Amino acid sequence: MLEKALTGSRRYWGWIFFLLAVSGVGFIFYLRQFAYGLGITGMSRDVSWGLYIGQFTFLVGVAASAVMLVIPYYLHDFKKFGKIVILGEFLAVAAVVMCMLFIMADMGQPMRVMNLVLHPSPKSIMFWDAIVLNGYLLLNIVIGWNTLEADRKEVPPPTWLKPLIYLSIPWAISIHTVTAFLYAGLPGRPFWLSAIMAARFLASAFAAGPALLIILALIVRKLTKFDPGKEPIQALGKIVTYAIIASTFFLGLEVFTAFYSQIPGHMASFKYLYAGLDGVGKLVPMMWLSTILAVVAIILLVNPNTRKNESILAFACVAAFISLWIDKGFGLIVGGFVPNPFERVTEYWPTLPETIITIGVWAIGLLVLTVLYKVAISIREAQLESGSDTH
Amino acid sequence: MYDAWKILLGLIIFLAFATFPFYSNMGKAVAKPDPKLDTPVIQQMKVKQCVESKEFMRAEHMQLLNNWRDAALRRGERLYKGSDGRITEISFQNQCLRCHSNKKKFCDECHSYADVKPYCWDCHIAPKEAKNEH
Amino acid sequence: MSISRRDFLKLAGISSLGIGFSATDLLWENRAEAIDYMSSPKGLTAKRWAMVVDLRKFKTEEDYSRVIDICHHIHNVPDFGNLKDEVKWIWTDTFEHVFPFQKNEYLPEGVQEKKAVLFCNHCDNPPCVRVCPTQATFKRKDGIVAQDYHRCIGCRFCMAACPFGSRSFNWRDPRPFIKRLNPEFPTRTKGVVEKCNFCVERLAKGLKPACVEVSNGGLIFGDLSDPESEVRKILSKHYSLRRKAELGTRPSVFYIIGGDEDA
Repeated sequence: MLEKALTGSRRYWGWIFFLLAVSGVGFIFYLRQFAYGLGITGMSRDVSWGLYIGQFTFLVGVAASAVMLVIPYYLHDFKKFGKIVILGEFLAVAAVVMCMLFIMADMGQPMRVMNLVLHPSPKSIMFWDAIVLNGYLLLNIVIGWNTLEADRKEVPPPTWLKPLIYLSIPWAISIHTVTAFLYAGLPGRPFWLSAIMAARFLASAFAAGPALLIILALIVRKLTKFDPGKEPIQALGKIVTYAIIASTFFLGLEVFTAFYSQIPGHMASFKYLYAGLDGVGKLVPMMWLSTILAVVAIILLVNPNTRKNESILAFACVAAFISLWIDKGFGLIVGGFVPNPFERVTEYWPTLPETIITIGVWAIGLLVLTVLYKVAISIREAQLESGSDTH
Repeated sequence: MYDAWKILLGLIIFLAFATFPFYSNMGKAVAKPDPKLDTPVIQQMKVKQCVESKEFMRAEHMQLLNNWRDAALRRGERLYKGSDGRITEISFQNQCLRCHSNKKKFCDECHSYADVKPYCWDCHIAPKEAKNEH
Repeated sequence: MSISRRDFLKLAGISSLGIGFSATDLLWENRAEAIDYMSSPKGLTAKRWAMVVDLRKFKTEEDYSRVIDICHHIHNVPDFGNLKDEVKWIWTDTFEHVFPFQKNEYLPEGVQEKKAVLFCNHCDNPPCVRVCPTQATFKRKDGIVAQDYHRCIGCRFCMAACPFGSRSFNWRDPRPFIKRLNPEFPTRTKGVVEKCNFCVERLAKGLKPACVEVSNGGLIFGDLSDPESEVRKILSKHYSLRRKAELGTRPSVFYIIGGDEDA
């Protein structure tokens, strides 16, 4: 099936080489980081995780959100997702690949990565995160590839696949729960020390992931002969609506607990993020942009008239995606480190090399996504031509 | 055969890469490593003997160093009783390198030859080598 | 017995692995019975090492800089001269920043601004150890929380987990920034986390931590599990504080603040 990715239009190859070039530039900067050390980034003793770990956290959510297609299709027999469930699974594959690359980019001693296997430490949440992420990657490759192959051959998927598909549902929940536990179990970081963290992670993931999927589906429709269909996109739109409302609600719960209790440590990070602390607040404009975009997205998504208009839906999804990217891919991580354990404020802002490496990883992710989508879409297009639609 | 020239070109490129180590080193004689033991401390020793036999150290020093590291650092056991019953303090920097103070002629000689790059020296400080030592 | 090509290859693969292992195993086995690892009889031992910081004894700037300088010199701690790359094992901060929950504007004069000496708390229930994915940081039998720089992968989970800001990361190669190299102690390399080690290398030789030795009685070191130890005696006579004790990490560093005749 992979051979389908080797034939394509001039535009397809142009896009592929563009992504290769961008990831190549990223890699050159990574080599610089490798030689100099992580001091090339904006991170410091006080803010010891930054953009890389933020991206990792955000993308685990995008990966987990494939389950929002798998559950309706396989558990509720919602047939309309039949043609696009593969888009969700392949998006998950690309997202997990990016997660792993961001972890590698963030490691001080990447050559020692096998120490995770040589000295397994079940007490560490990171040990479990490595297991669930690798397992999830494998599950999605196996499931996606085999269902697609069965589709191409116009036969039902092999029976052994069903248990794996059912397993992938709790597994998807687990990857984001375990990722939330990385933060939610640390004493002395009151911003993260919250039982709602995993639930909030899942809610924001189920908004950001499907929002991205809607955007991708619309792009696919525009650029290829394969039409993911109006109804599946609308169904996804409803999922984004519920999820972003839940995500915003959970954020509100955090704010209530912090500010009604008036416990200084719990309020401090929120103050830093949304108002500034000790006279500094580099993240304040971004956090308010995130808030405004979330409100705009919710208004446009809740109203059926605007949601049903695909251009407005697309706009709302872009707004939701950017809003949640800022909130989780940036603010959440940096906010946890400010103020530091001495109630002092050290600010963080990514450096240029750090940003270029980050863009490079996204380019690799998009490359994986493009190749996988090319395979899937070529098969869908072939089905259209032969007129045999199995769904 | 379809696309014969593409396949052949691919094969040629593959062969060029696969045989690179051979033709790039062709005709270049690399001197056999000749590690030296003639440091002032070793020369003063009556019995010139490391913590284990020469054969063992030559083959297994890396594993021994790993065991020493774990014993001293992780278990706090900083004394080593060798197979001949002698007891040595465990310290790479302060024991091994006290005798083997000639990193260039003792360590690097073979490591460079075998192209292994142990990360010892990222942290452990190599002894200052006097210029007239060799 | 006939054997398929596939099975033959499998068998050959497995047996070659076996040969590979047994050859090196033999070399070791001959020695395994004789060789042994032991702790030095000279070494100082304890069930739980602890430190008491008697802030009443720290009066001048020199009292602070003396303990910091000796530690940073003998452990080859670099000085980058900037906050972003900073690495430190001992440092100071004022009372209100060290004990944010105890700050109180009506404390005796000078207490809020009083500087405390800070290092790793060597917690009895250390979160940094819990989160480390490779056991690069671990708690020794004597209670010291140690860091294995050979094993650290530089994920910095321990830095996020430590509620005390006790850990530093080598954002870049530290060696050019060490003013006076101590040839008896290793440096660190870029990409690993480091912190105070309660001078394990000195304890093994029967010496107390270097900071304690130069502190003129300001730092008292001993076994918390021994009722006769100096630390227990001083703790039984004076009211002491531990940093963020409410988090349950059970720090092994105690502070006597003073500011009161019989405190």
